[in-house]
Amino acid sequence: MEADAARLIGAGLAAIGMIGAGIGVGNVWASYIQAIARNPASKGEIGANIWIGFAVTEAIALFALIIALMALFG
Amino acid sequence: MASNPMDQFTIVPIVPLEVAGFDISFTNSALWMTITVVVSSLFLLLSIRSRGTIPTRGQMVAEMMYNTVANMVRDNVGSGGQPYFPFIFTLFMFVLFGNLLGMVPGSFTFTSHIAVTFAMAAIIFIAVTVIGIAKHGTRFATLFFPHGAPLWTAVILIPIELVSYLSRPVSLSVRIFANLTVGHVILKVIAGFVVALGVFGIVPLAGLVAITAFEFMIAVIQAYVFAILSCIYLHDALHLH
Repeated sequence: MEADAARLIGAGLAAIGMIGAGIGVGNVWASYIQAIARNPASKGEIGANIWIGFAVTEAIALFALIIALMALFG
Repeated sequence: MASNPMDQFTIVPIVPLEVAGFDISFTNSALWMTITVVVSSLFLLLSIRSRGTIPTRGQMVAEMMYNTVANMVRDNVGSGGQPYFPFIFTLFMFVLFGNLLGMVPGSFTFTSHIAVTFAMAAIIFIAVTVIGIAKHGTRFATLFFPHGAPLWTAVILIPIELVSYLSRPVSLSVRIFANLTVGHVILKVIAGFVVALGVFGIVPLAGLVAITAFEFMIAVIQAYVFAILSCIYLHDALHLH
């Protein structure tokens, strides 16, 4: 296999890691909406913390993306 | 595509300087860090100067930032967190203004460099560890073993906790670096579509406007998350779980 083709395939494979992060971020927001639907009064309190959960989960997608970019441009 | 989307992250020396074999040139990264410090300091100084009972628009923004960080420190660090407020506030303002100034077309985003973010994360990590050891001495080691867990689980738990503790500076720095880098790359790539599609470029252009707004949101959120995670790490060191 040519090195270039292998590099592109590798970048594509690295991006698979984002599946998990996609599920995770979906879970974060689903639970957020469920929580405020059950207890609207807690919106302010949860609202600030949801971003931590979102950022921590989203970071996993970015780790995968960084590996993909490294394979492409590195 | 006309130009490589990674070109915007190239570090260019403005004033080449070399001392004892180390390259300490004044680069565009350093220039934008200086601009960030000057802009954020001037913004806070000038907007607070009037000290009006009825605040001006600038004073409200400055007070809002101060309140956000003050609440963050109070809620997340808990008792004994007040001495660290100036540090967290400086960190927050530096990262926030760095991210936002990086969105100015033609500017340089220094937070999109792992060297910069890892330096900040490493300082936080070392400071937090030193504070924890200075405050608790050898009891600091209990941070790696959850209170009340059965003793035999130590074999599994201590390595896990140790790895999770040591990976903190890595995840803290990679998170902000990756978010900013990827955001700017996406902007460039979609801008390439706009040019390539000619008249139909209006469609990616509309998307580009939305993504630019999203990137501003990311810039603020990442600064907030960076500061709040520093607070949480500080809490762990001060109160040991």
